[in-house]
Amino acid sequence: MTQPAYKVLIGMEIHVQLATASKMFTGAANGFSENPNTQVDGVVLGLPGVLPVINRRAVEMAMMVGAALGCEIASQTKWDRKSYYYPDLPKNYQISQYDQPLCGAGAVELPLPNGEVKTIRIRRAHLEEDAGKLLHEAGQSVSMVDLNRAGTPLLEIVTEPDFSTPEEARLFGEELRQICRYLGVSQGIMQQGHMRFEPNINLHIFDDGKVYKTAITEVKNLNSFRSVERACEYEIQRQLTEFLNNRSAAMQAGKSTRGWDDDKGCTTLQRSKEEAHDYRYFPDPDLVPLHVDADWIGRIKAQIPELPMARLRRYLQMDLTRKEAAALLEDKAVADLFDAAINLKRLPKRIANLMLGAAAKTANALASERGETVLISDLGVGADQYAQLAGMIEDGTVSASAAVTVFESLCDGTGMAPMAVAEKLGLLQIRDASATQAWVDAALANHPQAIDDYRNNPKKRQASLGFLRGAVMKLSQGKADPKLVGELLEKALAKLG
Amino acid sequence: MSDASLTETSAYELAQRIAKREITATETTRAFLDQIAAHDDTLHAFNETYSGAALAQAAAIDTALDRGEKLGTLAGVPIALKDNLCTVEGRTTCSSKMLQNFYSPYDATVVKRLKAAGAVFVGKTNLDEFAMGSSTENSAFGPTRNPWNTRCVPGGSSGGSAAAVAGRLCAAALGSDTGGSIRQPAALCGIVGLKPTYGLVSRYGLVAFASSLDQIGPMTRDVRDAALILNAIAGPDIKDSTSWPQTPPDYLMDIDKPPEKIRIGLPKEFFGDGLSPEVATAVHTAVDFFRRNGAEIVPVSLPHTRYGIAAYYVIAPAEASSNLARYDGVHYGHRTTQASDLFELYAASRAEGFGPEVQRRVMLGTYALSSGYYDAYYLRAQRVRQLIKDDFDRAFELCDVIISPTTPDAAFELGAKSNDPLAMYLCDVFTVTCNIAGIPGMSVPCGFSSSGLPIGMQMLGPVFSESTMLRLARLYELAHDWQKRRPMIASV
Repeated sequence: MTQPAYKVLIGMEIHVQLATASKMFTGAANGFSENPNTQVDGVVLGLPGVLPVINRRAVEMAMMVGAALGCEIASQTKWDRKSYYYPDLPKNYQISQYDQPLCGAGAVELPLPNGEVKTIRIRRAHLEEDAGKLLHEAGQSVSMVDLNRAGTPLLEIVTEPDFSTPEEARLFGEELRQICRYLGVSQGIMQQGHMRFEPNINLHIFDDGKVYKTAITEVKNLNSFRSVERACEYEIQRQLTEFLNNRSAAMQAGKSTRGWDDDKGCTTLQRSKEEAHDYRYFPDPDLVPLHVDADWIGRIKAQIPELPMARLRRYLQMDLTRKEAAALLEDKAVADLFDAAINLKRLPKRIANLMLGAAAKTANALASERGETVLISDLGVGADQYAQLAGMIEDGTVSASAAVTVFESLCDGTGMAPMAVAEKLGLLQIRDASATQAWVDAALANHPQAIDDYRNNPKKRQASLGFLRGAVMKLSQGKADPKLVGELLEKALAKLG
Repeated sequence: MSDASLTETSAYELAQRIAKREITATETTRAFLDQIAAHDDTLHAFNETYSGAALAQAAAIDTALDRGEKLGTLAGVPIALKDNLCTVEGRTTCSSKMLQNFYSPYDATVVKRLKAAGAVFVGKTNLDEFAMGSSTENSAFGPTRNPWNTRCVPGGSSGGSAAAVAGRLCAAALGSDTGGSIRQPAALCGIVGLKPTYGLVSRYGLVAFASSLDQIGPMTRDVRDAALILNAIAGPDIKDSTSWPQTPPDYLMDIDKPPEKIRIGLPKEFFGDGLSPEVATAVHTAVDFFRRNGAEIVPVSLPHTRYGIAAYYVIAPAEASSNLARYDGVHYGHRTTQASDLFELYAASRAEGFGPEVQRRVMLGTYALSSGYYDAYYLRAQRVRQLIKDDFDRAFELCDVIISPTTPDAAFELGAKSNDPLAMYLCDVFTVTCNIAGIPGMSVPCGFSSSGLPIGMQMLGPVFSESTMLRLARLYELAHDWQKRRPMIASV
């Protein structure tokens, strides 16, 4: 049987925990704790008689994300109660937003690895409270409830089904994480559940002149980018296989919810349409609708820094490679450091080389030594030092290899100027013509074979020139100016005929 | 001064005399505790009394006064709290088996404010379970009886507070009013009951029944006491997003100064079929009093009144079904021993923990919010709500205060309406629209029936018109002595 052509449609719901100081509707601390039920207060516990109060900062963070995703920010928004019974939900309803989300439709550009850019439409983003967690211990007949997570501000972002491949879904997740980190609304630590993904997947299968649309499945609670991609891949194959095996059954199935088993690499049915909840949404009478005026939106938009996408475009225009640009953009602090340095000295390529070469190497070494993340921006080397060092390489004051030595010394954090360090270490390039000429002469005298190759073997001409240049540099202990060496060497060889 | 005369003294005067050291907080508190000891077995106004704690509180106040400290406006005044107000002291049961062993770890905002004003808490009063009812017969701990006739109900849901105030078991009490639960029992027990404008008093710590309708208010022996208590509890609270952000006026300031050029509206819809002639006569006589004292009496119309009960019995149960969802045997409340899985645990705990009226309303509300029915019920009820508000807005263009009966009839006997929920719901016909519109309402004693049961008139005003209403009611009470009559509590 030949496999029919098909199109993949993937949309995503992404939950982002907002890193506010306090919870969504109360003053209890918002944060991770090892000790169960310590990040709680009466409102989190849903004690009889308590009332919620909206966390203004959470609203502002949600507005920032919404604005960054090009969403329209609602001028009036409200909160609704979403009812369902579950032991991790203290009130047995979640305060969420039903028909008037804080952020409406938007669109965001997703850069693809092939250099193309795809537009992903955002349907809405709404602000709600997270639930607690149930802990099931093997062999125990009871479940334990930990409400530390309950009440955490949660932004739920819903996209249109605009992803055509599992990879696009993953890339979007990664980009969203980066946007959130740039906005300072989330650290984006996946292991701590700062972001959770729920892709919904179906296929449009083209067969005997018709289009068959498979039932949408939603995969719940994925907490890594890899699992997003894998779960989507699995679902595509599963839906296709079911269609091919029993077309009529596959076409009669309703929308369903599935869970992802990361170890087995498969999804399993959790709930079919017939078992769907009736959430009985209604406006939460304990809260008043929130009016968001243009002024407030303006103030929030003004706080939004340049986002990764825009920076990427800018960096690519500076002749950085996509890989270099991506590496600099990974952490906002690093990108900010880079920007500060290039503003002092417009040498993006040299500064990027320093940061992604010597600096990255030092940071990685420190990271494995300490067993924790060390960013390039954590090394104690400031933008001015990068700028000066790059300038010194550019004008030949130090060689690229000497610059690495200078850089390592700068990491001591003494704040010394690179020029002073280079001087102290005797790494300044010697640009004296007669001294250089002496090294050239000595190198030529030491390597007659290379001279012979240069003169008589066109195939080895370049290689022998490089070899001789290296020999000169070695004699100068790396201090000779490579440019001057090149000139003098070629002149000398030319003279030899 | 003898103990009996202490319990006949208004809260306002008690506060004055205690402050002036004419009497002590301790002897005052003891006098009321004696009344409780003498009559509460009959009345069952209280779910729990705090004799020890109350006397300790009173002693502390006397000591502070001895030291010459300046204390709050209610220093030493014995006050009772409806048992749906959270207190660190004792239990907060809502008269439900579900919460019969619930100890709140915090005080409601109103409790904190009363404490700050120096009030002495004598106990927690009985109510219809979760404030759902109009007779206090829906209490899981047994009904409260009306001090004027112990065969009769005190009204509800704040029946315990009303009976306690009327029976002189406390100087004043707090109730909560969702559809008439302060005003209706106040009328049936011959006391003053004030439901403030929605948002004037913080709901933080009031165990929610219907959040958009609930308000806490004073239940007192006279109008001036209502102003005194309202002064202590009203005002903004950052813990309640629905509380009004502005500082309220001093309600006592001009309490004895009658409002000038007052226009009183009489809504024809409140004087129609089903109103007892005795109640109608009493209210009309009161209106005549105001006419004689210079008020202009104007007919007004509140045409959507007849939809009030229907809208109320959609909105209130809908909110209740959600507010009461947390009592599931997992986090709070009674937990069944008869369950083999989570669903059974929920279902059986709630079936065992909630009484029939609460179950009825939870089911009504769940149904009204269900997918497919939301528009037909909840949304339509909200539209009626707007129409009722509009009715009042139009009426208050013509008048400053509306006067009506508080209830269609005086107190009925225990059991008379227990098996007819609809008849019970109609007890609230004159009171629910006030909550629906969010306006203030007050019941003031205005006479007695031929069988010696109290009758109340209701005053309704525009939002935040409590001052005007209180002054008008004060004018009436100074010229009458209804509130000075004292029930002879007959043992059952």
